[in-house]
Amino acid sequence: MKLTLTRRYSFSASHRLHSAAFSESGNQRIYGKCANPYGHGHNYVLEVTMGGPVNESTGMIVNLADLDEFVQREVIEPFDHVYINEQVAEFRDVVPTTENLCRDIFGRLQRFSLARLERVRIEETSKNSLEMTADPEGPRKEMANNGTKRAVPD
Amino acid sequence: MIRLTRKAEFCAAHFYHNPAFSAEENRLMFGKCANLQGHGHNYVLEVTIAGEPDPATGMLLDLKELKEIIEREVMARMDHRSLNHEVPELAGKIPTCENVAIVIWNLLAPCITRGQLDRVRLYESPELYVDCTPDSRPDAGRTSGGKSA
Repeated sequence: MKLTLTRRYSFSASHRLHSAAFSESGNQRIYGKCANPYGHGHNYVLEVTMGGPVNESTGMIVNLADLDEFVQREVIEPFDHVYINEQVAEFRDVVPTTENLCRDIFGRLQRFSLARLERVRIEETSKNSLEMTADPEGPRKEMANNGTKRAVPD
Repeated sequence: MIRLTRKAEFCAAHFYHNPAFSAEENRLMFGKCANLQGHGHNYVLEVTIAGEPDPATGMLLDLKELKEIIEREVMARMDHRSLNHEVPELAGKIPTCENVAIVIWNLLAPCITRGQLDRVRLYESPELYVDCTPDSRPDAGRTSGGKSA
């Protein structure tokens, strides 16, 4: 049996879909109202799914306090209440579609060392969502679950 | 392959406490969840069965039967109960969402007579859920949603 844990977060940000590679009319044709020059915003919902063994002494795949702290620092702080195109360095030259956002956030969350990232799902609105899953064929970080950064008593 | 999901909701109390830890260690590790007086949640359970529909009935598993199984195995044990004190299957375990989901999986799996148990999803709150799935889950393709707007 395989077990995963999913936690839901949210952040609010503005963006504009526009690429310097296209003409103005090209941008309008491809991105429509999303290309409007002053941008627009969304309440994004982020679902983070973690997998790995359940630690015997805590009963947890991952201590939520550790996960929340990491997601807060790596994703919520840089993305919440900002204009993504200008204020998140990775999107200076990358169009902040939900696809690209999902890939960027997946990369950030993959650095979490206390459990294995299985999936990132982003809802841009309640109608649109994108998800990225860890490659099942790819290298797997096998980990012993020491459970937490919080001191585990011996 | 078809997947059928039935939803149920139960309300239960729990707290996190490992007797091997000191009171201070329990508080550090489990935060507010270590309060020995307990606290509660409205748990939402989604049970998914996978298989092929019976050509005679058009059903994968009679929903009434699935409802009865969930009622008997899960609701009768856990609804309006203390998971720490009143559920024998959780005795000696910390009733985290992970451990409760594993217990539910183990209770339901032998009762599914048509198709197979494909997923147990247990929401502790709208912001947190755990999925139990078989080690190999055939045909569980990746999904992706709509286009950016």
